[in-house]
Amino acid sequence: MFTYWPQLLAILLLMASGHSRLTAAEPRSGYAFQSADTQALQDDDFQNPGMLWVDQGSDLFQAAAGASGKACTNCHADMQGVARAFPKRSPDTGQLMSLTQQIQHCRTTHQLAAPISYESTPALALSAYIGYQSRGLPFSPVPLSLTAELARGKAYYYQRKGQLNLGCQHCHEDSVGKMLRGDKISQGHGNGYPIYRLEWQSAGSLHRRLRSCDIGVRAQPHQIGSQAYTEVELFLRQRAGNLPLEVPAVRR
Amino acid sequence: MALINTRISVPRQARANTVVEIKTLVSHPMESGYRYDYMGEPIPRNILTRFTCEYLGQRVLEAEFGPGIAANPFMAFNLLATSTGELLFTWTDQHGEVTTETRTLQVVDP
Repeated sequence: MFTYWPQLLAILLLMASGHSRLTAAEPRSGYAFQSADTQALQDDDFQNPGMLWVDQGSDLFQAAAGASGKACTNCHADMQGVARAFPKRSPDTGQLMSLTQQIQHCRTTHQLAAPISYESTPALALSAYIGYQSRGLPFSPVPLSLTAELARGKAYYYQRKGQLNLGCQHCHEDSVGKMLRGDKISQGHGNGYPIYRLEWQSAGSLHRRLRSCDIGVRAQPHQIGSQAYTEVELFLRQRAGNLPLEVPAVRR
Repeated sequence: MALINTRISVPRQARANTVVEIKTLVSHPMESGYRYDYMGEPIPRNILTRFTCEYLGQRVLEAEFGPGIAANPFMAFNLLATSTGELLFTWTDQHGEVTTETRTLQVVDP
């Protein structure tokens, strides 16, 4: 328990210090809050470790899988810009689905293959490969048909939670640019996922990031792949405004 | 053994007797063996131990990796391009499993 004191102290100090509210009207990518070294790692397509997942996703996209013997390419040709519109309501299920959930759905329903878990390498690789094809493009606006889901996602974002009693906005709006231990607090945009995170030494989904944040404020986290996190992802898509996608982004 | 993904950057063409940069990136967890999981059980070591590069049948680089090397090791090194030939890259893990890749370096007269 005592090992967490520095963290707790840092968060309390942060809350006590003044406000420098940056609104969502002027979004800045998490890229702007990284060190020059980390930025260089993202900028160089060869060195960017996230490209390992993109490469693998490209292979998986073309490989036949499951009882249907179909590959993704049997139905999908050009995936450019596709990731911009996720999470979206699936015409198949009527549910709000993130890109990864859509991939999972296609995998079992259309390819008739064994299910892949949300944070598995194939799911991350395919998400990174499809996301990569929207790099440089902004998210598309959230349609009115998703108003209810958007409202729930927004409510989750602004809900105080956990033992530390913090909402997302207390760090990612009120305290942007301040230090939380060794890390500069970003605006918390979701435009680079799946990201390669140096701390994880691996690629990871936005849901994994959200779960880590929930654990960080000592709240009861949701499961990766849960509806609650997909709704937050939807709200973050709207909140990112015109920020271009950076998949695969590199973060500390 | 998990599938190893490799990315290798070799210039398409080089002039004779010039120095070229070779870059490699491989996917590997490089689990140090010093970490514990959430149940307190030690996570077994799983690392690459050796990387070599041969050019025209001659070993030009050999590197030993230890548990302190980060996941997905990146290597960059320089090479004197003498004549057109094959580059052979070899990664060996702690169990002796070998991953190899080849690239051809095209050398043209100045």
